[in-house]
Amino acid sequence: MKKHFFFFILILSFFYTKLFGQSPDQVKINLPAGFTYQVVGKNLDRARHIVVNSNGDIYIKLARVRRGGGIVRLRDKNGDGKIDDTTRFGNYGGTGIAIKNGYLYATSNTEVYRYKLINNEPDIDHPEIIVKGLLAGNQHETKSITLDNNGNIYVTIGAPSNACQLQDRVTGAPGQDPCPLLEKAGGIWQFKADKKDQSYEDGIRYATGIRNAVGLDWNTATNTLFAMQHGRDGLQDYHFYPDSISVELPAEEMLEVTKAGDNFGWPYCFYNQFIGKKVLNPEYGGDAKTVGRCADAKAPVVAFPGHMAPNGLLFYTGTQFPEKYRNGAFVAFHGSWNRAPLEQKGFLVAFVPFKNGKPSGDWEIFANGFAGKEHLATPGQAIFRPCGLAQGPDGSLYVTDDAKGYVWKISYNGK
Amino acid sequence: MIMRVFVMVFLLMPCLLKAQTKKPLMKKVVTTSTNSSLKTSIARGQIVYSKICLTCHQVDGSGVPNMNPPLIRTKWTLGSKTVLIQQVLKGSSGKVEIDGDTFSNTMPPLKTLTDQQIADVLTYVRNSFGNKASAVTVAEVKAIRAKTK
Repeated sequence: MKKHFFFFILILSFFYTKLFGQSPDQVKINLPAGFTYQVVGKNLDRARHIVVNSNGDIYIKLARVRRGGGIVRLRDKNGDGKIDDTTRFGNYGGTGIAIKNGYLYATSNTEVYRYKLINNEPDIDHPEIIVKGLLAGNQHETKSITLDNNGNIYVTIGAPSNACQLQDRVTGAPGQDPCPLLEKAGGIWQFKADKKDQSYEDGIRYATGIRNAVGLDWNTATNTLFAMQHGRDGLQDYHFYPDSISVELPAEEMLEVTKAGDNFGWPYCFYNQFIGKKVLNPEYGGDAKTVGRCADAKAPVVAFPGHMAPNGLLFYTGTQFPEKYRNGAFVAFHGSWNRAPLEQKGFLVAFVPFKNGKPSGDWEIFANGFAGKEHLATPGQAIFRPCGLAQGPDGSLYVTDDAKGYVWKISYNGK
Repeated sequence: MIMRVFVMVFLLMPCLLKAQTKKPLMKKVVTTSTNSSLKTSIARGQIVYSKICLTCHQVDGSGVPNMNPPLIRTKWTLGSKTVLIQQVLKGSSGKVEIDGDTFSNTMPPLKTLTDQQIADVLTYVRNSFGNKASAVTVAEVKAIRAKTK
Protein backbone atom coordinates (compact mmCIF):
# COMPACT_ATOMS: atom_id res chain seq x y z
CA MET A 1 0.00 0.00 0.00
CA LYS A 2 2.80 2.34 0.96
CA LYS A 3 4.52 1.64 -2.32
CA HIS A 4 1.38 2.42 -4.25
CA PHE A 5 0.90 5.66 -2.45
CA PHE A 6 4.45 6.67 -3.30
CA PHE A 7 3.67 5.83 -6.92
CA PHE A 8 0.61 8.06 -6.88
CA ILE A 9 2.56 10.95 -5.53
CA LEU A 10 5.17 10.45 -8.23
CA ILE A 11 2.53 10.52 -10.96
CA LEU A 12 0.90 13.50 -9.35
CA SER A 13 4.09 15.54 -9.15
CA PHE A 14 4.97 14.58 -12.71
CA PHE A 15 1.66 15.89 -14.00
CA TYR A 16 1.88 18.94 -11.83
CA THR A 17 5.29 19.85 -13.25
CA LYS A 18 4.16 19.05 -16.79
CA LEU A 19 1.11 21.24 -16.54
CA PHE A 20 2.30 24.21 -14.57
CA GLY A 21 6.07 24.20 -14.90
CA GLN A 22 8.13 24.28 -11.77
CA SER A 23 6.83 25.55 -8.49
CA PRO A 24 9.08 28.19 -6.90
CA ASP A 25 10.49 25.69 -4.41
CA GLN A 26 11.44 23.29 -7.17
CA VAL A 27 13.61 25.84 -8.94
CA LYS A 28 17.27 24.98 -8.65
CA ILE A 29 19.88 27.70 -8.83
CA ASN A 30 22.99 26.56 -10.71
CA LEU A 31 26.31 27.66 -9.25
CA PRO A 32 29.98 26.91 -9.94
CA ALA A 33 31.46 23.84 -8.20
CA GLY A 34 31.97 24.28 -4.48
CA PHE A 35 29.16 26.82 -4.02
CA THR A 36 25.90 26.10 -2.24
CA TYR A 37 22.83 28.16 -1.55
CA GLN A 38 20.08 28.44 0.96
CA VAL A 39 16.72 30.21 0.63
CA VAL A 40 16.61 32.71 3.50
CA GLY A 41 13.50 34.63 2.51
CA LYS A 42 10.32 33.81 0.59
CA ASN A 43 7.22 35.57 -0.65
CA LEU A 44 8.37 38.96 0.65
CA ASP A 45 6.73 40.67 -2.34
CA ARG A 46 8.91 42.75 -4.66
CA ALA A 47 12.32 42.43 -3.03
CA ARG A 48 14.59 45.02 -4.63
CA HIS A 49 17.96 45.93 -3.14
CA ILE A 50 19.40 44.32 -0.05
CA VAL A 51 22.07 45.02 2.55
CA VAL A 52 23.43 42.87 5.35
CA ASN A 53 24.55 44.47 8.60
CA SER A 54 27.76 43.48 10.40
CA ASN A 55 25.71 41.42 12.88
CA GLY A 56 24.08 39.43 10.07
CA ASP A 57 20.71 41.23 9.99
CA ILE A 58 19.35 41.35 6.46
CA TYR A 59 17.50 44.47 5.27
CA ILE A 60 15.51 44.34 2.04
CA LYS A 61 13.82 47.25 0.30
CA LEU A 62 10.46 46.41 -1.19
CA ALA A 63 9.11 48.11 -4.30
CA ARG A 64 5.85 48.74 -2.47
CA VAL A 65 4.52 48.64 1.05
CA ARG A 66 3.28 45.19 1.97
CA ARG A 67 2.10 43.80 5.30
CA GLY A 68 2.87 47.03 7.08
CA GLY A 69 6.25 47.98 5.68
CA GLY A 70 8.36 48.90 2.70
CA ILE A 71 11.50 47.56 4.38
CA VAL A 72 11.80 43.99 5.65
CA ARG A 73 14.38 42.89 8.19
CA LEU A 74 15.25 39.22 8.49
CA ARG A 75 17.11 38.17 11.62
CA ASP A 76 18.55 34.91 12.86
CA LYS A 77 18.14 35.38 16.60
CA ASN A 78 19.81 32.22 17.90
CA GLY A 79 22.52 31.80 15.29
CA ASP A 80 21.26 28.47 13.95
CA GLY A 81 21.37 29.72 10.37
CA LYS A 82 17.60 30.07 10.12
CA ILE A 83 15.61 33.28 10.04
CA ASP A 84 13.36 33.39 13.08
CA ASP A 85 12.44 37.06 13.24
CA THR A 86 10.87 39.10 10.44
CA THR A 87 10.00 42.74 11.03
CA ARG A 88 8.73 45.42 8.67
CA PHE A 89 8.84 49.20 8.75
CA GLY A 90 8.96 52.26 6.48
CA ASN A 91 5.75 53.48 4.86
CA TYR A 92 7.13 53.84 1.34
CA GLY A 93 8.05 51.58 -1.55
CA GLY A 94 11.39 51.96 -3.30
CA THR A 95 14.57 50.25 -4.39
CA GLY A 96 17.73 51.55 -2.73
CA ILE A 97 19.13 50.42 0.62
CA ALA A 98 22.57 50.72 2.21
CA ILE A 99 24.33 50.78 5.57
CA LYS A 100 27.17 53.15 6.37
CA ASN A 101 28.72 54.49 9.58
CA GLY A 102 25.93 53.35 11.86
CA TYR A 103 23.01 54.38 9.66
CA LEU A 104 20.59 52.49 7.48
CA TYR A 105 19.75 54.40 4.30
CA ALA A 106 16.70 53.61 2.13
CA THR A 107 14.98 55.28 -0.79
CA SER A 108 11.50 55.92 -2.04
CA ASN A 109 11.24 57.01 -5.67
CA THR A 110 11.63 60.65 -4.64
CA GLU A 111 13.47 60.67 -1.29
CA VAL A 112 16.43 59.23 0.57
CA TYR A 113 15.79 58.39 4.23
CA ARG A 114 18.08 57.20 6.94
CA TYR A 115 17.65 55.52 10.32
CA LYS A 116 20.20 55.55 13.11
CA LEU A 117 21.23 52.05 14.13
CA ILE A 118 21.28 51.90 17.91
CA ASN A 119 22.79 48.61 19.07
CA ASN A 120 21.92 47.27 15.64
CA GLU A 121 18.29 48.34 15.97
CA PRO A 122 17.13 50.93 13.45
CA ASP A 123 15.42 53.90 15.08
CA ILE A 124 12.33 53.40 12.96
CA ASP A 125 10.31 56.09 14.71
CA HIS A 126 12.74 58.84 13.70
CA PRO A 127 13.63 58.53 10.05
CA GLU A 128 15.61 61.50 8.74
CA ILE A 129 15.03 62.77 5.23
CA ILE A 130 18.45 63.22 3.67
CA VAL A 131 17.37 64.04 0.12
CA LYS A 132 13.92 65.05 -1.10
CA GLY A 133 12.08 66.19 -4.19
CA LEU A 134 13.87 64.01 -6.73
CA LEU A 135 12.29 63.56 -10.12
CA ALA A 136 10.30 60.36 -10.60
CA GLY A 137 8.52 59.88 -13.88
CA ASN A 138 6.52 56.94 -15.12
CA GLN A 139 9.57 54.97 -16.10
CA HIS A 140 13.04 54.51 -14.62
CA GLU A 141 11.69 56.09 -11.44
CA THR A 142 13.49 53.98 -8.86
CA LYS A 143 16.43 55.40 -6.92
CA SER A 144 19.50 53.33 -6.14
CA ILE A 145 22.15 54.42 -3.66
CA THR A 146 25.70 53.76 -2.59
CA LEU A 147 28.11 55.61 -0.30
CA ASP A 148 31.82 56.35 -0.51
CA ASN A 149 34.28 56.59 2.39
CA ASN A 150 34.27 60.37 2.28
CA GLY A 151 30.83 61.18 3.62
CA ASN A 152 28.97 61.22 0.30
CA ILE A 153 25.94 59.36 -0.92
CA TYR A 154 25.29 58.74 -4.63
CA VAL A 155 21.75 58.55 -5.98
CA THR A 156 20.78 57.38 -9.45
CA ILE A 157 18.06 59.42 -11.15
CA GLY A 158 16.83 57.62 -14.25
CA ALA A 159 15.50 59.55 -17.21
CA PRO A 160 11.73 59.21 -17.66
CA SER A 161 12.22 58.52 -21.34
CA ASN A 162 13.66 56.06 -23.81
CA ALA A 163 15.79 58.35 -25.95
CA CYS A 164 14.56 61.85 -25.04
CA GLN A 165 12.34 61.96 -28.10
CA LEU A 166 9.87 64.79 -28.56
CA GLN A 167 7.21 62.10 -28.18
CA ASP A 168 8.51 59.27 -26.09
CA ARG A 169 8.75 55.90 -27.81
CA VAL A 170 7.17 57.11 -31.03
CA THR A 171 9.10 55.63 -33.91
CA GLY A 172 10.63 58.38 -36.00
CA ALA A 173 10.00 61.15 -33.46
CA PRO A 174 13.14 63.29 -33.31
CA GLY A 175 15.32 63.46 -30.23
CA GLN A 176 15.38 66.72 -28.28
CA ASP A 177 18.70 68.49 -28.58
CA PRO A 178 19.83 69.44 -26.06
CA CYS A 179 17.83 66.97 -24.01
CA PRO A 180 16.14 68.98 -21.22
CA LEU A 181 15.73 65.88 -19.05
CA LEU A 182 19.46 65.83 -18.32
CA GLU A 183 19.10 68.77 -15.93
CA LYS A 184 17.33 66.70 -13.32
CA ALA A 185 17.65 63.11 -14.47
CA GLY A 186 19.64 60.78 -16.67
CA GLY A 187 22.55 60.67 -14.28
CA ILE A 188 23.91 60.09 -10.80
CA TRP A 189 23.84 62.79 -8.18
CA GLN A 190 26.13 63.20 -5.19
CA PHE A 191 24.82 64.45 -1.83
CA LYS A 192 26.18 64.67 1.71
CA ALA A 193 25.42 61.49 3.60
CA ASP A 194 24.69 63.26 6.88
CA LYS A 195 22.89 66.46 5.91
CA LYS A 196 19.12 66.66 6.22
CA ASP A 197 16.58 67.87 3.66
CA GLN A 198 18.87 68.27 0.68
CA SER A 199 17.44 68.75 -2.78
CA TYR A 200 18.87 69.23 -6.26
CA GLU A 201 20.55 72.53 -5.45
CA ASP A 202 22.50 70.93 -2.60
CA GLY A 203 23.79 68.10 -4.76
CA ILE A 204 26.25 67.70 -7.58
CA ARG A 205 25.43 66.06 -10.88
CA TYR A 206 28.27 63.58 -10.49
CA ALA A 207 27.74 61.70 -13.74
CA THR A 208 25.46 62.42 -16.68
CA GLY A 209 24.33 60.83 -19.95
CA ILE A 210 23.08 57.72 -18.15
CA ARG A 211 19.61 56.65 -19.22
CA ASN A 212 18.86 54.54 -16.20
CA ALA A 213 21.29 52.90 -13.80
CA VAL A 214 19.88 50.55 -11.20
CA GLY A 215 22.92 48.51 -10.17
CA LEU A 216 25.30 50.83 -8.32
CA ASP A 217 28.33 50.30 -6.07
CA TRP A 218 31.30 52.17 -4.74
CA ASN A 219 34.45 50.21 -5.52
CA THR A 220 36.73 50.60 -2.51
CA ALA A 221 39.69 49.11 -4.43
CA THR A 222 39.65 51.86 -7.06
CA ASN A 223 37.87 54.44 -4.90
CA THR A 224 35.49 55.13 -7.79
CA LEU A 225 31.78 54.82 -8.51
CA PHE A 226 30.50 52.02 -10.75
CA ALA A 227 27.02 51.86 -12.26
CA MET A 228 25.12 49.47 -14.50
CA GLN A 229 23.20 51.21 -17.27
CA HIS A 230 20.01 49.89 -18.83
CA GLY A 231 20.40 50.64 -22.52
CA ARG A 232 17.69 52.04 -24.71
CA ASP A 233 14.86 50.09 -26.33
CA GLY A 234 13.35 50.11 -29.77
CA LEU A 235 16.29 50.04 -32.17
CA GLN A 236 14.41 47.34 -34.07
CA ASP A 237 11.95 50.03 -35.19
CA TYR A 238 14.67 51.48 -37.40
CA HIS A 239 15.32 49.68 -40.64
CA PHE A 240 19.10 49.51 -40.32
CA TYR A 241 18.81 47.25 -37.30
CA PRO A 242 17.38 43.84 -38.19
CA ASP A 243 15.86 41.87 -35.30
CA SER A 244 18.86 39.57 -35.14
CA ILE A 245 21.07 42.55 -34.21
CA SER A 246 18.67 44.81 -32.34
CA VAL A 247 17.86 42.12 -29.81
CA GLU A 248 21.50 42.36 -28.70
CA LEU A 249 21.81 46.17 -29.04
CA PRO A 250 22.67 48.36 -27.36
CA ALA A 251 25.01 46.82 -24.82
CA GLU A 252 24.06 46.89 -21.18
CA GLU A 253 27.02 48.80 -19.78
CA MET A 254 29.16 48.74 -16.70
CA LEU A 255 30.25 52.36 -16.26
CA GLU A 256 33.07 53.68 -14.12
CA VAL A 257 32.84 57.30 -13.04
CA THR A 258 36.42 58.38 -12.53
CA LYS A 259 35.76 62.08 -12.08
CA ALA A 260 32.80 64.30 -11.31
CA GLY A 261 30.99 65.31 -14.48
CA ASP A 262 31.77 62.21 -16.55
CA ASN A 263 29.38 61.99 -19.50
CA PHE A 264 28.29 58.64 -20.91
CA GLY A 265 26.36 59.98 -23.89
CA TRP A 266 22.65 59.24 -23.40
CA PRO A 267 20.39 60.18 -25.17
CA TYR A 268 22.60 61.03 -28.14
CA CYS A 269 24.62 57.85 -28.14
CA PHE A 270 24.49 54.16 -27.47
CA TYR A 271 27.26 51.60 -27.16
CA ASN A 272 27.49 49.16 -30.04
CA GLN A 273 29.46 46.28 -28.57
CA PHE A 274 29.97 44.67 -31.98
CA ILE A 275 32.13 47.53 -33.15
CA GLY A 276 33.28 48.61 -29.68
CA LYS A 277 32.16 52.23 -30.02
CA LYS A 278 29.54 54.67 -28.86
CA VAL A 279 27.53 55.59 -31.95
CA LEU A 280 24.79 58.12 -32.67
CA ASN A 281 21.23 57.17 -31.84
CA PRO A 282 18.84 57.15 -34.82
CA GLU A 283 16.76 59.90 -33.15
CA TYR A 284 19.84 62.12 -33.51
CA GLY A 285 20.69 61.19 -37.07
CA GLY A 286 22.53 57.95 -36.41
CA ASP A 287 22.55 55.01 -38.77
CA ALA A 288 24.18 52.25 -36.72
CA LYS A 289 27.72 53.29 -37.62
CA THR A 290 28.11 57.06 -37.44
CA VAL A 291 30.04 58.15 -34.34
CA GLY A 292 29.92 61.97 -34.59
CA ARG A 293 29.64 63.69 -31.21
CA CYS A 294 29.73 60.28 -29.49
CA ALA A 295 33.50 60.24 -29.82
CA ASP A 296 33.42 62.33 -26.62
CA ALA A 297 31.08 60.03 -24.72
CA LYS A 298 32.75 57.82 -22.17
CA ALA A 299 32.84 54.12 -23.05
CA PRO A 300 31.86 51.36 -20.64
CA VAL A 301 34.44 49.21 -18.85
CA VAL A 302 32.37 46.09 -19.56
CA ALA A 303 29.67 45.56 -22.20
CA PHE A 304 26.97 42.91 -21.78
CA PRO A 305 24.34 41.75 -24.28
CA GLY A 306 21.38 44.09 -24.71
CA HIS A 307 18.15 44.25 -22.71
CA MET A 308 19.24 41.95 -19.87
CA ALA A 309 18.50 44.72 -17.35
CA PRO A 310 21.32 44.81 -14.79
CA ASN A 311 19.63 45.69 -11.50
CA GLY A 312 22.29 44.84 -8.93
CA LEU A 313 26.05 45.45 -8.67
CA LEU A 314 28.42 44.34 -5.94
CA PHE A 315 32.18 44.44 -5.68
CA TYR A 316 33.20 41.43 -3.64
CA THR A 317 35.50 42.32 -0.77
CA GLY A 318 35.16 39.12 1.27
CA THR A 319 37.60 36.25 1.64
CA GLN A 320 35.15 33.34 1.83
CA PHE A 321 35.00 32.91 -1.95
CA PRO A 322 38.08 31.69 -3.88
CA GLU A 323 40.83 34.10 -4.87
CA LYS A 324 39.46 34.77 -8.35
CA TYR A 325 36.34 36.43 -6.96
CA ARG A 326 38.11 38.93 -4.73
CA ASN A 327 37.62 42.53 -5.79
CA GLY A 328 35.62 41.29 -8.78
CA ALA A 329 32.09 42.41 -9.63
CA PHE A 330 28.87 40.47 -9.34
CA VAL A 331 25.99 41.75 -11.46
CA ALA A 332 22.36 40.70 -10.96
CA PHE A 333 20.43 40.73 -14.22
CA HIS A 334 16.66 41.09 -14.03
CA GLY A 335 16.15 39.47 -17.45
CA SER A 336 14.90 40.93 -20.70
CA TRP A 337 11.41 41.76 -21.94
CA ASN A 338 12.02 43.26 -25.36
CA ARG A 339 13.91 40.66 -27.31
CA ALA A 340 10.81 39.44 -29.18
CA PRO A 341 10.59 37.73 -31.64
CA LEU A 342 13.59 35.96 -30.12
CA GLU A 343 13.30 34.39 -26.68
CA GLN A 344 13.93 36.39 -23.54
CA LYS A 345 17.15 35.91 -21.62
CA GLY A 346 19.37 37.13 -18.83
CA PHE A 347 17.68 36.01 -15.61
CA LEU A 348 21.02 35.43 -13.93
CA VAL A 349 23.90 36.68 -11.78
CA ALA A 350 27.10 37.34 -13.70
CA PHE A 351 30.66 37.75 -12.49
CA VAL A 352 33.43 39.95 -13.87
CA PRO A 353 36.97 39.30 -12.60
CA PHE A 354 38.99 42.41 -11.76
CA LYS A 355 42.72 42.93 -11.30
CA ASN A 356 44.30 46.23 -10.33
CA GLY A 357 40.96 47.97 -10.68
CA LYS A 358 40.33 46.83 -14.25
CA PRO A 359 38.32 43.92 -15.63
CA SER A 360 40.84 41.11 -16.10
CA GLY A 361 38.79 38.68 -18.16
CA ASP A 362 35.47 38.05 -19.85
CA TRP A 363 32.29 38.13 -17.83
CA GLU A 364 30.82 34.77 -16.96
CA ILE A 365 27.58 33.39 -15.59
CA PHE A 366 27.89 32.84 -11.84
CA ALA A 367 24.34 31.88 -10.87
CA ASN A 368 21.66 30.79 -13.28
CA GLY A 369 18.35 28.98 -13.38
CA PHE A 370 16.28 31.69 -11.67
CA ALA A 371 13.71 31.71 -14.47
CA GLY A 372 12.83 28.09 -13.73
CA LYS A 373 12.99 27.15 -17.39
CA GLU A 374 15.48 27.46 -20.16
CA HIS A 375 13.41 28.96 -22.97
CA LEU A 376 11.17 31.91 -22.22
CA ALA A 377 9.01 33.77 -24.69
CA THR A 378 7.93 36.37 -22.15
CA PRO A 379 9.31 37.78 -18.88
CA GLY A 380 6.10 36.78 -17.12
CA GLN A 381 7.14 33.16 -17.55
CA ALA A 382 10.19 33.68 -15.34
CA ILE A 383 9.60 32.32 -11.86
CA PHE A 384 12.30 34.50 -10.32
CA ARG A 385 13.96 37.69 -11.49
CA PRO A 386 17.26 38.57 -9.77
CA CYS A 387 17.45 42.16 -8.56
CA GLY A 388 19.66 43.01 -5.60
CA LEU A 389 23.02 41.83 -4.28
CA ALA A 390 24.70 42.08 -0.89
CA GLN A 391 27.67 40.64 0.90
CA GLY A 392 27.28 39.20 4.39
CA PRO A 393 29.82 39.68 7.19
CA ASP A 394 31.07 36.11 6.58
CA GLY A 395 31.61 36.81 2.89
CA SER A 396 28.46 35.05 1.67
CA LEU A 397 26.63 36.56 -1.29
CA TYR A 398 22.92 37.41 -1.03
CA VAL A 399 20.62 37.68 -4.04
CA THR A 400 17.05 39.01 -4.05
CA ASP A 401 14.21 38.33 -6.48
CA ASP A 402 11.47 40.87 -7.12
CA ALA A 403 9.00 38.54 -8.83
CA LYS A 404 8.17 36.38 -5.80
CA GLY A 405 10.26 37.99 -3.10
CA TYR A 406 12.80 35.24 -2.56
CA VAL A 407 16.23 35.78 -1.04
CA TRP A 408 19.14 33.38 -1.46
CA LYS A 409 22.36 33.16 0.49
CA ILE A 410 25.22 31.75 -1.57
CA SER A 411 28.24 30.33 0.23
CA TYR A 412 31.46 28.60 -0.75
CA ASN A 413 32.39 25.40 0.98
CA GLY A 414 34.36 23.66 -1.75
CA LYS A 415 37.93 22.64 -1.48
CA MET B 1 -9.19 -0.50 -5.64
CA ILE B 2 -12.20 1.74 -6.18
CA MET B 3 -11.06 3.75 -3.23
CA ARG B 4 -7.63 4.10 -4.77
CA VAL B 5 -9.01 5.36 -8.07
CA PHE B 6 -11.18 7.76 -6.18
CA VAL B 7 -8.18 9.10 -4.28
CA MET B 8 -6.23 9.50 -7.48
CA VAL B 9 -8.99 11.37 -9.24
CA PHE B 10 -9.41 13.53 -6.20
CA LEU B 11 -5.71 14.32 -6.08
CA LEU B 12 -5.56 15.11 -9.78
CA MET B 13 -8.70 17.21 -9.69
CA PRO B 14 -6.98 20.58 -9.31
CA CYS B 15 -4.67 19.80 -12.22
CA LEU B 16 -7.52 18.74 -14.43
CA LEU B 17 -9.60 21.76 -13.59
CA LYS B 18 -6.72 24.14 -14.00
CA ALA B 19 -5.77 22.50 -17.28
CA GLN B 20 -9.20 23.28 -18.56
CA THR B 21 -9.19 26.89 -17.61
CA LYS B 22 -5.59 27.56 -18.56
CA LYS B 23 -5.34 26.63 -22.18
CA PRO B 24 -2.04 27.36 -23.92
CA LEU B 25 -2.22 31.02 -24.73
CA MET B 26 -0.67 31.04 -28.16
CA LYS B 27 -3.07 28.47 -29.50
CA LYS B 28 -4.67 29.61 -32.71
CA VAL B 29 -7.50 32.00 -32.09
CA VAL B 30 -10.65 29.98 -31.70
CA THR B 31 -13.86 31.50 -32.89
CA THR B 32 -17.09 29.69 -32.45
CA SER B 33 -18.68 32.27 -34.66
CA THR B 34 -19.25 31.27 -38.25
CA ASN B 35 -18.85 34.86 -39.23
CA SER B 36 -15.93 34.78 -41.61
CA SER B 37 -15.46 38.56 -41.54
CA LEU B 38 -14.73 38.25 -37.84
CA LYS B 39 -12.16 35.57 -38.59
CA THR B 40 -10.44 37.61 -41.26
CA SER B 41 -10.44 40.70 -39.05
CA ILE B 42 -8.78 38.68 -36.31
CA ALA B 43 -6.23 37.31 -38.77
CA ARG B 44 -5.39 40.79 -40.01
CA GLY B 45 -5.31 42.03 -36.44
CA GLN B 46 -2.75 39.42 -35.50
CA ILE B 47 -0.40 40.80 -38.15
CA VAL B 48 -0.80 44.34 -36.77
CA TYR B 49 -0.32 43.04 -33.23
CA SER B 50 2.90 41.21 -34.14
CA LYS B 51 4.31 44.28 -35.79
CA ILE B 52 3.22 47.04 -33.41
CA CYS B 53 2.14 45.68 -30.04
CA LEU B 54 3.95 42.41 -29.42
CA THR B 55 7.29 43.73 -28.19
CA CYS B 56 5.68 45.38 -25.18
CA HIS B 57 2.49 43.39 -24.60
CA GLN B 58 4.19 40.08 -25.43
CA VAL B 59 3.26 37.22 -27.70
CA ASP B 60 0.71 35.86 -25.22
CA GLY B 61 -0.68 39.21 -24.09
CA SER B 62 0.91 38.79 -20.67
CA GLY B 63 2.68 42.17 -20.70
CA VAL B 64 5.73 42.99 -18.60
CA PRO B 65 5.51 43.15 -14.80
CA ASN B 66 5.44 46.77 -13.54
CA MET B 67 5.87 48.18 -17.02
CA ASN B 68 3.49 47.11 -19.76
CA PRO B 69 -0.02 45.98 -18.79
CA PRO B 70 -1.31 42.52 -19.64
CA LEU B 71 -4.21 42.21 -22.06
CA ILE B 72 -5.57 38.99 -20.61
CA ARG B 73 -9.10 39.35 -19.34
CA THR B 74 -8.68 42.85 -17.97
CA LYS B 75 -11.39 45.46 -17.65
CA TRP B 76 -9.55 47.44 -20.31
CA THR B 77 -9.49 44.77 -22.97
CA LEU B 78 -12.97 43.42 -22.32
CA GLY B 79 -14.63 46.65 -21.25
CA SER B 80 -15.61 49.86 -23.02
CA LYS B 81 -14.62 49.85 -26.67
CA THR B 82 -14.54 53.65 -26.60
CA VAL B 83 -11.87 53.67 -23.90
CA LEU B 84 -9.92 50.98 -25.69
CA ILE B 85 -9.96 52.80 -29.04
CA GLN B 86 -8.94 56.04 -27.35
CA GLN B 87 -6.09 54.22 -25.65
CA VAL B 88 -4.69 53.21 -29.03
CA LEU B 89 -5.23 56.64 -30.58
CA LYS B 90 -3.85 58.66 -27.67
CA GLY B 91 -1.40 56.25 -26.08
CA SER B 92 -0.74 56.35 -22.38
CA SER B 93 1.78 58.04 -20.14
CA GLY B 94 0.28 57.51 -16.74
CA LYS B 95 0.00 54.69 -14.31
CA VAL B 96 -2.47 51.96 -15.19
CA GLU B 97 -3.75 49.84 -12.35
CA ILE B 98 -4.94 46.29 -12.85
CA ASP B 99 -5.81 44.06 -9.91
CA GLY B 100 -3.56 45.98 -7.53
CA ASP B 101 -0.54 46.00 -9.85
CA THR B 102 0.56 49.20 -11.52
CA PHE B 103 2.03 49.51 -14.98
CA SER B 104 3.75 52.72 -15.90
CA ASN B 105 5.64 52.51 -19.16
CA THR B 106 4.82 54.97 -21.93
CA MET B 107 2.60 53.75 -24.74
CA PRO B 108 3.03 55.86 -27.86
CA PRO B 109 -0.10 57.16 -29.57
CA LEU B 110 -0.81 54.99 -32.60
CA LYS B 111 -3.02 57.35 -34.54
CA THR B 112 -1.09 56.66 -37.73
CA LEU B 113 -2.74 53.26 -37.87
CA THR B 114 -5.79 53.19 -40.15
CA ASP B 115 -9.31 52.72 -38.79
CA GLN B 116 -9.23 49.24 -40.30
CA GLN B 117 -5.94 48.36 -38.57
CA ILE B 118 -7.17 49.59 -35.20
CA ALA B 119 -10.47 47.73 -35.57
CA ASP B 120 -8.62 44.56 -36.56
CA VAL B 121 -6.00 44.65 -33.85
CA LEU B 122 -8.55 45.35 -31.12
CA THR B 123 -10.79 42.60 -32.44
CA TYR B 124 -7.77 40.28 -32.35
CA VAL B 125 -6.91 41.29 -28.78
CA ARG B 126 -10.52 40.93 -27.62
CA ASN B 127 -10.63 37.42 -29.07
CA SER B 128 -7.20 36.12 -28.09
CA PHE B 129 -5.26 35.25 -24.95
CA GLY B 130 -8.40 33.77 -23.40
CA ASN B 131 -10.46 36.88 -24.17
CA LYS B 132 -13.92 36.60 -25.70
CA ALA B 133 -15.59 39.90 -26.52
CA SER B 134 -17.36 41.55 -29.39
CA ALA B 135 -15.50 42.77 -32.45
CA VAL B 136 -14.47 46.39 -32.90
CA THR B 137 -15.71 47.82 -36.18
CA VAL B 138 -14.18 50.34 -38.52
CA ALA B 139 -17.23 52.57 -38.01
CA GLU B 140 -16.65 52.57 -34.25
CA VAL B 141 -13.01 53.55 -34.66
CA LYS B 142 -13.94 56.23 -37.16
CA ALA B 143 -16.53 57.74 -34.81
CA ILE B 144 -14.16 57.78 -31.82
CA ARG B 145 -11.31 59.17 -33.90
CA ALA B 146 -13.54 62.05 -35.02
CA LYS B 147 -14.20 62.90 -31.37
CA THR B 148 -10.61 62.43 -30.22
CA LYS B 149 -8.22 65.23 -30.81
